[in-house]
Amino acid sequence: MKRMPGRWLPAYAALYIAFLYLPVLFLPIFSINTAPTPQFPLSGYTLRWYEELPRNAALIDAARNSLLVGVAAALLSTLLGICAARAITRYRFPGRRPINGLIMAPLVLPEIILAVSLLLVLLRLGLDLSLFTIVLGHVLICLPYSMSVLTSGFEGFDRSLEEASADLGETAFGTFRRVTLPMVTPAIISSLLVCFTISLDDFIIAFFLGGTQATLPIYIWGQLRFAAKLPGVLALGTLLLVGSFLLLTLAEMIRRRAEQRVQSAGVTLA
Amino acid sequence: MIDIRNVGRSYGAFRALDDVSLSIKEGEFFSLLGPSGCGKTTLLRMIGGLDTPTSGSIFLDGQSMDGIPANRRPTNMVFQSYAIFPHLNVEQNVAYGLKRLRLGAEEEKRRVEEALSMVSLSGLGRRGANELSGGQRQRVALARALVMRPKVLLLDEPLSALDKKLREQMQVELRRLQQAVGITFVLVTHDQYEALAMSDRIAVMFGGGIAQVAAPKEIYQRPVNRQVADFLGGMNFVKAEVVDETGVSIVVDTEGFGRVTTERPQGLVRKGLHATVGIRPERLRVLWDGATAQHEVAGTVIERHYFGEITHLVVDVPGMEKPLSVTETNDFGADDLPIGATIRLAYDPDALVAMAD
Amino acid sequence: MTAAVEGSQAIRQARTGAKPLLQSEAAQGFALVSPTFLFALVLLVLPILVVLAHSFWTQNYLTIDRTFTFEQYRIALTEPIFRDLLLRSLLISFAVSVATVVLAYPVAYFISFHGGDRKNLWLFLITIPFWTSYLLRVMSWKVILGYNGVLNSGLLALGIIDEPSTAFLYNSSAVVITLTHAWAAFAILPIYVSLQKVDRTLIEAAADLGDGPVRRFLRVTLPLSMPGVISALLIVMIPTVGDYVTPKLVGGKYGVMIATAIQAQFGKAANWPLGAALSVSTMLVVSAMAAASVLLLRLAVRWAR
Repeated sequence: MKRMPGRWLPAYAALYIAFLYLPVLFLPIFSINTAPTPQFPLSGYTLRWYEELPRNAALIDAARNSLLVGVAAALLSTLLGICAARAITRYRFPGRRPINGLIMAPLVLPEIILAVSLLLVLLRLGLDLSLFTIVLGHVLICLPYSMSVLTSGFEGFDRSLEEASADLGETAFGTFRRVTLPMVTPAIISSLLVCFTISLDDFIIAFFLGGTQATLPIYIWGQLRFAAKLPGVLALGTLLLVGSFLLLTLAEMIRRRAEQRVQSAGVTLA
Repeated sequence: MIDIRNVGRSYGAFRALDDVSLSIKEGEFFSLLGPSGCGKTTLLRMIGGLDTPTSGSIFLDGQSMDGIPANRRPTNMVFQSYAIFPHLNVEQNVAYGLKRLRLGAEEEKRRVEEALSMVSLSGLGRRGANELSGGQRQRVALARALVMRPKVLLLDEPLSALDKKLREQMQVELRRLQQAVGITFVLVTHDQYEALAMSDRIAVMFGGGIAQVAAPKEIYQRPVNRQVADFLGGMNFVKAEVVDETGVSIVVDTEGFGRVTTERPQGLVRKGLHATVGIRPERLRVLWDGATAQHEVAGTVIERHYFGEITHLVVDVPGMEKPLSVTETNDFGADDLPIGATIRLAYDPDALVAMAD
Repeated sequence: MTAAVEGSQAIRQARTGAKPLLQSEAAQGFALVSPTFLFALVLLVLPILVVLAHSFWTQNYLTIDRTFTFEQYRIALTEPIFRDLLLRSLLISFAVSVATVVLAYPVAYFISFHGGDRKNLWLFLITIPFWTSYLLRVMSWKVILGYNGVLNSGLLALGIIDEPSTAFLYNSSAVVITLTHAWAAFAILPIYVSLQKVDRTLIEAAADLGDGPVRRFLRVTLPLSMPGVISALLIVMIPTVGDYVTPKLVGGKYGVMIATAIQAQFGKAANWPLGAALSVSTMLVVSAMAAASVLLLRLAVRWAR
């Protein structure tokens, strides 16, 4: 038992990681290749495709839209997530589990079904499709992630800390400001970053609920039809990859630090 | 000082506390002792304002605490988990409550240092909350509460997370500290030795009610019923019948110990009714060689258990339904008594306690 | 006397004051959760109800006939084109979910049992690609599998094949590979979590009672990690059935899935009721398949014991 995994399990895990990463790594590789079609052998190194990006007005527009939608969706879903996560971790009330299930449901529903049903309702309500409708859809799909980040942040929170604060003379608001907030801030920042990344990367919701205004993935989708534009898309994709990677690493570092704090507080409890 | 009047607490159908009344005196070290789920922690939290009675009231210095939240009560608590704020260092933890009092930086610093030296943590003020050992966390929690100069310090199982040696050391320290500051301490514990060693008085609780309130010695030697007697350590119980009663004492005919006059216990005790008489194992002494005593019983050793400084004997006495447990020091060779040996046991009739059945 | 009066007053106050306080705990919680709950009601429950309603109506050129009918379901489930698409979608999502779980289990096992101090690093490594744009990941598979793609040019350069193969792209296998890659992290995390919860002393107990490594795994570890396997299966199977991007980009003619048909009804074809019926049917059928899979899995585990 001890010897077998010692040999093939780590090898398999490494292979699996390679399977996960290799396809993604082809994007940056071909984005600095001189040939317009992605194929081996590589023909030469160039930054041309990157240099062309900022000259593209449609792309700049899409980037601005994505930023706007991402920030709005991240703020809104984190705000809603804070309310719900706090309620669910702190209070016992009837319907707690079904409500939690409902908020988490978009995680296990096909995105296209979410998108078309939202589309139907928005059109029926007579709302024009716009960046705002994309934000609504993004909040819906971000909420489950925001909730799980926040509930795990709130759950490790020992309730007696708030009681201790009250016991030492602090008011409810003061306790929130001096104890609760500093302890859950990492989870909140982490939720903001994760939600922004999801919104930035989402295609389906933006595809169905966006009007004439395109986000970055919609722009990329439109470019994919033209083989000649592929290198530019690869360059843009690489930038998005790097951006997402940085944001998520940051989110993970913040979350990890918060977790350590809560964990080492918990260790002495056990 | 603390007056608990007819306090009850229900959680849905479950009654955690049932019509409890209790008075705790100023400057007293008072313990609430009982098994888990007996309501002792609920009662403590109610004094601190962290829980609300569903009936009855709690008075502090004659003032009703109804509707007064925890942050406006002159009580402070040492939590079972210590609840050290993990994002603050030792100093900041201790100063947490002082910040609201706006004492000024000088005075605040002085009070924090005073509190830290009181719990022997001077010099550790800059330590992070996560760099502390269990014992240090406990001291920080203590300092953080004491620095507020509360009228009452509430301690919720403060020693249960510590190992045995540290626990015993802290028992002594806590007692010393309480005498030094003169504040009323209310301690919740499930450890009878802890309660006996530290308290001025103890309330023993079972099932949401108080069974007995008395000084440690009284509780140990004259438990009001078998439950209390059992919870505070081993006791031999023998059947008895009440043959006479006066105002303060009763006369019982016991199995094995003959006719004894004892203090009148609480509960239904009438001439002709059955009662139980108990005696602690260490109040039975083995009579060596030819020694005699005014009161003695004879029996056969059927079990022997060695505990280092003492030996525990189980002695079958003719006429008694159950064998007697005897705890004997090893000075005279109790650890060498063979199984089956016939021995005589001396006892003091004053050590026999009658309890209602 | 006064003390007694005071006391009884206090008791009365406490009695009347305590009841709303108890209720207020629930009320506070509910109030706090209500904005999020309302949002989910309006943007999740209401839309699903609206879709349900539409699925029983009929499109009449530009207007919608609201007479109750099962006609759309008849079309969705029996018309060969939709039936085939639905069947293929089910097949693909089944293949993808089984493949992701089977491929992911050893990795989750490795991290949980042999990850040592670097468990978090492993998990982070595995989740990172998942967080990068889905569209971009699908695109990279197109780059790999295409006629002029990485795989073909690589094989050509190595001299394994003489001319580029068209076998890699534009078929169901391409869709399965791409989706399996895309959903990997979703399968590993739940399995890992349930493996973490397996009390290690139970495995030692099994060894102590005479079970070898394989039997220990089959009789203790696997059954106890079943909740994770099941949630991994569901969390992959249900969403993938409605995937739109992957079949569009790498599926070609033979890899089209139901989402394309649904999109068409809400787009060009402008037949909302049929689109709604297709959506509802997809959900129902995939749920049935998921339930059956879970049942089979449970039976298999019981049998293995």
